[in-house]
Amino acid sequence: MKELMYREALNHALLEEMRSDDTVFIMGEGIAERGGSFKVTVDLLKEFGSQRVIDTPISEASFTGAGVGAAIAGMKPVVEILFSDFTMLIMDQLVNQAAKFNFMTGGAGKVPMVLRTQGGVGNGLAAQHSQSLEAIFYHIPGLKLVMPSTPKDAKGLLKAAIRDDNPVIFLEHKLLYMNKGLVPDGDYIIELGKADVKKEGSDVTIIAWSNMLIRSLAAAEKLEEQGISVEVVDPRTLVPLDKETILESVRKTEHVVIVQEAIRRGGIGSDIASIIQEEAFDYLNAPIKIVAGLNTPVPFNLNLEKIVVPQEEDIISAVQNLVGVYQE
Amino acid sequence: MYSKEFVTNVYRTLLTIRVFETECIKLYRQGFIRGYFHPYLGEEAIAVGVCAALTDKDYITSTHRGHGHCIANGANLDKMIAELLGKKDGYCKGLGGSMHIADTTKGNLGANGIVGAGIPIGVGAALATKIRKDDAVTVTFSSDGAANNGVFSEALNLAAAWDLPFILVLENNQYAVSTPIKESTREVELVKRGESLGVKSFRIDGNNVFEVYETTKEAIRICKEEKGPVLIEAVTFRHGGHHVNDPGLYLQKEELDYYMSKDPVEFARKYLIDDLGLNESEVEEIDSIVNKQIEDSIEFAKENGEMSSKEFLKFIENY
Repeated sequence: MKELMYREALNHALLEEMRSDDTVFIMGEGIAERGGSFKVTVDLLKEFGSQRVIDTPISEASFTGAGVGAAIAGMKPVVEILFSDFTMLIMDQLVNQAAKFNFMTGGAGKVPMVLRTQGGVGNGLAAQHSQSLEAIFYHIPGLKLVMPSTPKDAKGLLKAAIRDDNPVIFLEHKLLYMNKGLVPDGDYIIELGKADVKKEGSDVTIIAWSNMLIRSLAAAEKLEEQGISVEVVDPRTLVPLDKETILESVRKTEHVVIVQEAIRRGGIGSDIASIIQEEAFDYLNAPIKIVAGLNTPVPFNLNLEKIVVPQEEDIISAVQNLVGVYQE
Repeated sequence: MYSKEFVTNVYRTLLTIRVFETECIKLYRQGFIRGYFHPYLGEEAIAVGVCAALTDKDYITSTHRGHGHCIANGANLDKMIAELLGKKDGYCKGLGGSMHIADTTKGNLGANGIVGAGIPIGVGAALATKIRKDDAVTVTFSSDGAANNGVFSEALNLAAAWDLPFILVLENNQYAVSTPIKESTREVELVKRGESLGVKSFRIDGNNVFEVYETTKEAIRICKEEKGPVLIEAVTFRHGGHHVNDPGLYLQKEELDYYMSKDPVEFARKYLIDDLGLNESEVEEIDSIVNKQIEDSIEFAKENGEMSSKEFLKFIENY
């Protein structure tokens, strides 16, 4: 095990996959010499050259489409879109092309492409650089959706995503890149569709992913001090979703709080809640609580930015209220 | 002067597309085919001229008006017609239909229901061949309509910035659905758009299969010996409306008459007789082979079964 930053873990995943498979190549804006805005692709140009580490013009729809075409033609492209907000420019290639090619060809064609991007609030980047848009991808059949929260998961999941035959949206979070964590040495993968119980507990289950997982773990620690035993489940991949691990935890704790940074309306949290009530209704001792972003674009002002996405205190009070309802 | 064998092949392929479209339109009218059907009638020389210059290593991407590209690229007619009928041995097992036929084993990366979307996909295939150092080019069939879509400029620029072995064939049939080109753009010579991006560009008669063939060969040479991409604007005209249920009343009669007089199938047939000295009966023998082949494929498709709902639910279980 070695301690690595999230961005270093991603870098190692790319490095190892590019070394072991000549068909893997990466492209995006400023990823070559500059190493990417979040330094995920540093030094890859040096080892693999400009044929496999490609800087693109600011033509998101078309270089993503080029990724789709290269994937259909036998390559394994990893396309980087600088901000998830910019994926709104690539929707035809993603939704109508990549996601549907395998289906439309009756299973004959494959699009083994990874689309790396990052979202979420942080650093005062305002409404067009701070969104959590995962529900849009979640809604599209044919796309897989991965949202790692730790360096270990980031590396293992990215390697699995690159080896997958389907288009995978690999959604990072801008506040996670400098986070450190222990990462196993050498080659390992984390299978897509396997949730991880990040902390065991018995009174209440928190389901959270990406940066909200980190925030939920911090909240869980404080709740433990108050005598509330919290289990924290990280789905890690939202498509495919590991329902079994989620339901197992629900059946154990009988209380559920779902935390998502994305706005509440039409969110993944609502869908997970609907799955739980349908498949584990008899186990629930209280309504499922969803702690989510407000239904608003993200404001620039720091104090206002804080109130539009769940903070640690919001998670703590949601859990307290839920358990309190039960105790009364 | 082209050889008898070459022109016979060209004529046979042109006629196959012609008969395929004509007979499948009948099937559509009879209710065997549903959904959208965009005939390639009148534009056959482009697909046939281009594909005659390609090898098995090359890639193509096609359009919503894509039957001609598939056939010229060597598609299996049984599987094509079965797909149009939604049958299980169709190219897409009946899940795709007319606008989604692809055969990646033959380098056909697919028709496309979204106008212009095949351009970046073709650029990506060309990028793949460049990275792998394949001795191959990628041809994207596209159109005057697609030229007004954002990805046309983006993707052609990308191909130019990266010197890709990419050939963008614009089938300029002069109408985008029903809107004439002069109403959708000021400069109707689309060849100039390629030039403005530093791309070697040609404007040719899209109804002359030999001109299309020679230009494609030159484009391939440029991609391999100099640097790509290349744009070919092949001017042509539809023999009818945008799709089978569009009578195309907006097509100007004198224009239609002019292009009918330059019919690509008749052109090749005349060449066989006048220039290569085949007699009528020799040409009719080709005609009957083609007709029989389409007849057999229709028979196959009609008798072919459908994917069951159980099989379908199994197919989508990981979606």
